[in-house]
This record gives sequence, structure tokens and C-alpha cells, in this order.
Amino acid sequence: MYSQALNAPTPLADTSPEATRFQERIDAEERIEPNDWMPEAYRRTLVRQISQHAHSEIVGMLPEGNWITRAPSLKRKAALLAKVQDEGGHGLYLYAAAETLGVSREELVDQLLSGRAKYSSIFNYPTLTWADIGAIGWLVDGAAIMNQIPLCRCSYGPYARAMIRVCKEESFHQRQGYEIMLTLCRGTAEQKAMAQDALNRWWWPCLMMFGPPDSQSSHSDTSMRWKIKRFTNDALRQKFVDATVPQGHYLGLTFPDPDLRFEDGHWRFGAIDWEEFRRVLAGDGPCNRERLAARRQAHADGAWVREAARAHAAKQRAKAA
Amino acid sequence: MTASPAPEAPIPLWEVFLRARNGLAHKHVGSVHAVDATLALQAARDVYTRRGEGLSIWVVPSAAIVASDPADKETLFEPTGSKIYRHPTFYEVPDDVGHM
Ligand SMILES: [Fe+2]
Ligand SMILES: [Fe+2]
Repeated sequence: MYSQALNAPTPLADTSPEATRFQERIDAEERIEPNDWMPEAYRRTLVRQISQHAHSEIVGMLPEGNWITRAPSLKRKAALLAKVQDEGGHGLYLYAAAETLGVSREELVDQLLSGRAKYSSIFNYPTLTWADIGAIGWLVDGAAIMNQIPLCRCSYGPYARAMIRVCKEESFHQRQGYEIMLTLCRGTAEQKAMAQDALNRWWWPCLMMFGPPDSQSSHSDTSMRWKIKRFTNDALRQKFVDATVPQGHYLGLTFPDPDLRFEDGHWRFGAIDWEEFRRVLAGDGPCNRERLAARRQAHADGAWVREAARAHAAKQRAKAA
Repeated sequence: MTASPAPEAPIPLWEVFLRARNGLAHKHVGSVHAVDATLALQAARDVYTRRGEGLSIWVVPSAAIVASDPADKETLFEPTGSKIYRHPTFYEVPDDVGHM
């Protein structure tokens, strides 16, 4: 993902000839490239969505990074390290894509560190046990894949190209997570209980990752018309549930939803607590403060490195001159 | 929210090109920020080649790239549209002659 919950204001209708031509290009499935004419609202919507997505990848490194030093084997540790490194890479591809729209990296980083930018609500939940690493790979990356695959066909070229790279890398993330769950579920009763507990805690926040229900997301129409978005939040959420429930049953686990039932070819689920979603997104989740503090600390700790690199480069330039 | 420190001076942008294997041209894959060429190559290697995607990397300062203006698209590229005689299918060769 993690481009959920974009609270973009609905832009005013633009009826200029450029805007009409622009929409015709979109309708013809032409890709829009950085120097092409685009409506200001399209640019703003994309900057917001791509940068939120980038921030989510970066903040998303934290809950999993928490377990790298405590992974139960060298194999798991190497895999988790590679996964977290991938997420850092995803953040960088996405920042670069956002920058093609005329916003600077420094501005974007500043928006995150100052707390003005949003990122996916899912990363404000804690990783309490090793099973959470399994649940995140299986469910969080699974939800991310569901959301990201259609973004590979997004109308904005640089975003679509970044998503193609990201999607190629995500599949390993989900599979390693599921394998962790499978191993726990085939282990002792205590290990299986740990897997069940992780599923119980991550299931509902994962369903929230797809953003507010269609009935409440007014800007969805514009994003669909611009082909930034190809499916609605509810459609993607249902696809995710349909794909995931049988995987959970295979593990021998149950879902924390008494209303979950198979009907007309779909797994129908109970009501989502949108109050919790709003609270977490507004900054009041279990780990919001901790996450931001960790990012600020990392940025501050890296300041001397950036400064030294700048000084070294300046010296080399002076020598060469 | 507490105030964050003032934004730092921008670090230059570089465009990254990868040769996937010998015989192929370098292809644009994205960009990185770095203060000099050495660090740009290092960053490009870390960000864009975690799975054997390339055998060779080029990094080019983004500011050094000169691009055509999309507004000139018609002037630049439309004239070739009418020059269909530049394509082999424009010419008629009887079937009896065989493949040419
Ligand atoms: Fe990712
Ligand atoms: Fe991932």
C-alpha cells in the first residue's frame, strides 16, 4: 500500500481545453509523464498519495525492525533483514516518483518528521511477539499487494513504474510471512496460540488498511476518473478477504469475526470499527508517538553523516578545480 | 506536534541507468540523491540492484539532462507520420519473388 485514506478535497471541475485534452488522454489509457500538462489538482492528489505511500514504507520498517535482532534463526533473520531493506527501497523509489511532480525530498522528509504527513494506520500497532512478524508478512504485505497491483497501471508514469518494481519484490514478503505462520501452526500448542493471537490482533487493522468505506470517501470518484485508482476501497477489501480467509483456515486458525460467513461466492465480514481507524490516523494509535520519535531520532543521528559527505564532496571539488 | 529542525540544504539528484546483462543497453530505472558521483553509485547499487538486476550502473546528474519539451511534440515527431515510404511495407513485391 499504503496509500489509504487520502483525504483529498474534491477538486473543482476544470473545463479548460487543456483539461479536456488531458482527460481524453487518460481515457485513452495514455500515461502522463512529468513534463506533460496536468491539472493542479491531479498533481496535488498524486504528491499527497505517493508521498503518503513513501512515508508508509519508511515507517513500516520500524515494527518489523523491532524483531531483527531477536529472530529465532539465522535464516529468519536474514529474510527479515532483506524484507525490511526492501521496504526502505520502496520508500526511496516512491519519494523519487513524488519528486518528479516538483516537490523536494527535503520537503517530503520534513512533512513526515513534523507530523504533518499521514502514513498507513497499520504501522501504529505494536509487534508484541515473533508471530506478529509472520502476521505482518502474510496479512499486511498481502493487503499491500492487493492495493498495489492495480497501481501498476496508474495513469502517472513514474508512479506506475515504481509500483511495478515494488510489486515484484512484495511476493517474497508475503510468502516469508505465511511460512512463519505455517511453522508456528505446525509447532507446539503454545506456538499455535501465538499465531492465533497475532491473527486476532492484526486482522481488523488490516481490513482498515484499504481506507474508509466507499460510502464515506468522496474523493474516490475523482481518483477513479483520473485512473490513479482502479478499484474502490470496498472492492479491494473484499478481494483481500476472499483471498485470505481460506489461507487462514489452511493454517487451522480462526478469524476474530463472528459474522464471517461464505455467501454468494464471497467471504462476508462483520462491521469494521471506523472510530478506531480515525483515532489511529489522527495520531492516537498505540505507537504513533513512538514511530515518529524513532524517525526523528534516526534523521537527527544521520545529520553528521550528511554533513561529512557534503564537506568531503566540497573538498574534492575544490581540489579538482 | 513538536517543530522539526529546519530543512537541510538539498542533496543533488542523479538519474540511474542499469545494464541488465551484456548485449543490452543501459536503461533508466529511477533516481537517487547523493553529494558526489561515488556516493551516487553506491546509493544506486543499494537501491536498485538488490536482486541481480544489473551488471553495470550509470549515474548522471539529473541537471545535466537536456530534455525535449512536450509542447514541441508535434513539431518534432509528427512529420514522420506522413513518411510512410520509410517503411518496407510501403513497397510492393510480388509473392512469387519470395521473402525479401
Ligand atoms: Fe513495501
Ligand atoms: Fe512489503
